[in-house]
Amino acid sequence: MSICVAQTRASLLRLPHQSARSTVRSRPFTPSPRLLNTLAVLEHKDGKVSSQSFPVVTAASRFGGPVTVFLAGSGSKEVSEQAAKLNGVEKVIYASNSAYDKGLPENFAPLLVENIKRGHFTHVVGSHSAFGKNILPRASALLDIQQISDCIEIKDENTFVRPIYAGNAIATVRSTDTIKIVTIRGTAFPPAEETSDTATIEEAPIDPNAECTTVWVSENLTRSERPDLGTAPKVVSGGRGLKDKKNFDRLMLPLADALGAAIGASRAAVDSGFADNSLQVGQTGKVVAPQLYLAAGISGAIQHLAGMKDSKVIAAINKDPDAPIFQVADVGLVADLFQAVPELTEKLNAEKK
Amino acid sequence: MTSLRILVPIKQVIDYAIKPRVNATRTAVVTSGVKMSMNPFDELSIEESVRLRERNRDAVRDILAFSAGPAKAADTLRTAMAMGADRALLQGEGSDLEPLFVAKLLREVVHKEGCNMVICGKQSIDDDSGQTGQMLAGLLGWGQATQAAKVDVQGSEVVVTKEVDGGEEVVRVKLPAVVTTDLRLNEPRYATLPNIMKAKKKPIEKKTLADFSVEFGKRLETLKVVEPPPRQGGGKVDSVDGLISRLKELGAI
Repeated sequence: MSICVAQTRASLLRLPHQSARSTVRSRPFTPSPRLLNTLAVLEHKDGKVSSQSFPVVTAASRFGGPVTVFLAGSGSKEVSEQAAKLNGVEKVIYASNSAYDKGLPENFAPLLVENIKRGHFTHVVGSHSAFGKNILPRASALLDIQQISDCIEIKDENTFVRPIYAGNAIATVRSTDTIKIVTIRGTAFPPAEETSDTATIEEAPIDPNAECTTVWVSENLTRSERPDLGTAPKVVSGGRGLKDKKNFDRLMLPLADALGAAIGASRAAVDSGFADNSLQVGQTGKVVAPQLYLAAGISGAIQHLAGMKDSKVIAAINKDPDAPIFQVADVGLVADLFQAVPELTEKLNAEKK
Repeated sequence: MTSLRILVPIKQVIDYAIKPRVNATRTAVVTSGVKMSMNPFDELSIEESVRLRERNRDAVRDILAFSAGPAKAADTLRTAMAMGADRALLQGEGSDLEPLFVAKLLREVVHKEGCNMVICGKQSIDDDSGQTGQMLAGLLGWGQATQAAKVDVQGSEVVVTKEVDGGEEVVRVKLPAVVTTDLRLNEPRYATLPNIMKAKKKPIEKKTLADFSVEFGKRLETLKVVEPPPRQGGGKVDSVDGLISRLKELGAI
């Protein structure tokens, strides 16, 4: 293969300011930067870039071409200034129009599509979050592109790695489409950092202001002082073993606070009403990869493991010594969680003092 | 109230409880001789369609189950009919069809059958792409509500509570619309023996790719499929103190 040749050529072509901004980790491949043109679709909330968007910028810069960031909605102009500082970003375009505030795909997808066409983007990257999952496939269909979902590694400009079968198999796929539209798994790419460089900021060149027959009615978000589950460095997660919501709150919340961790739950715990659905970790819930994942009263079904088995250290407390969770746990404690969890909380708190 | 003609796309997948194995040539997951079932999210779609009818008998005129894939997906369509679908359509050619392609087939079914609502699963548990419903809505120019936890048809609109990151959100979508189902939506019923017998009399219309004016072609080429690196358990400790000191050694706390 001509990989070495391409690398040499690209390093000759790379401009000094680009190398200064290149990401900390070396790029796994080096395509021809002249032809590539990447759009990173970011989310924002409360005047800030959302946490799941930082890895999107990192993934977008892996392609090696210039990275343009896309933002839409009221306040997107103000958020642009934060996005412009992110490592690897050359340009930010924003569509400051309140019609896009709620991320409704019926008008957001056409907005994206028109700007992808106008900007001649070859690659479009978004997060495999509720927002990205809702909008990007619709935009892909409008562009007649087969999207690549939940990508965990970018091999080269056409080749992507993604988990299938709840993470029980890892597929490498090559796209033959003219535009690659990719949603990425946030935990698989490090978040882009803010630098002192500032990219140019421009208003999006086109706003089709497509009609939207869907009306956003309301939202009910779980407000929490704890870190966000998707990006938290530590997660404590409870399962069926907690028996009811009272126990879940009584045992898991203090443990989370003692560790400064986010709270997660197994599907069994969510289905039984112990915890909110948005806390579910697994194939059908959130995928997390924290430094520490502590599972209490969780057996470790394959659907749950799909959501947490890339955690750096897994700890498990379960009274069943044969629970499958112990096959993946770096450290396991066979014990009754009703005794072990309060004891653990108490000892962690005592150490802090 | 708009009279609903519901299309429910069904995918036959490896049963959710079975651990998939990568084949010897590392090109795919072994499916022959493996128990196949209806994609769990599709069961929720059928169940929700049937419940819409049960809530208001006149509201739902037709529930059509459609599957694209191998001929043996007919078994799964029978299950859908035993759960309450009125009839079924099978495009029984090809395997591992890509979401964009399936969405294009579905668009044709919608047009031919005059459907005004599509209820489909939010993702299949084999490919895990989570794209088909959104792609179909885009191709049709219909409204969409993904990851539904609650569906309520009100007049010519459908009000959907959606699962989103951090909680839930309610949207009001004009019919015709595409809804994708999330796990919390309902508890699918078991097909009873009498209903399984009745389902045998319900029609499955068989089609081939040639019946559709969609050009078959893959956009993604699978280069290889491998098992993820195995994770080794690190053994057990016998006390909370042991747990804390081991976590410290590992640098986790």
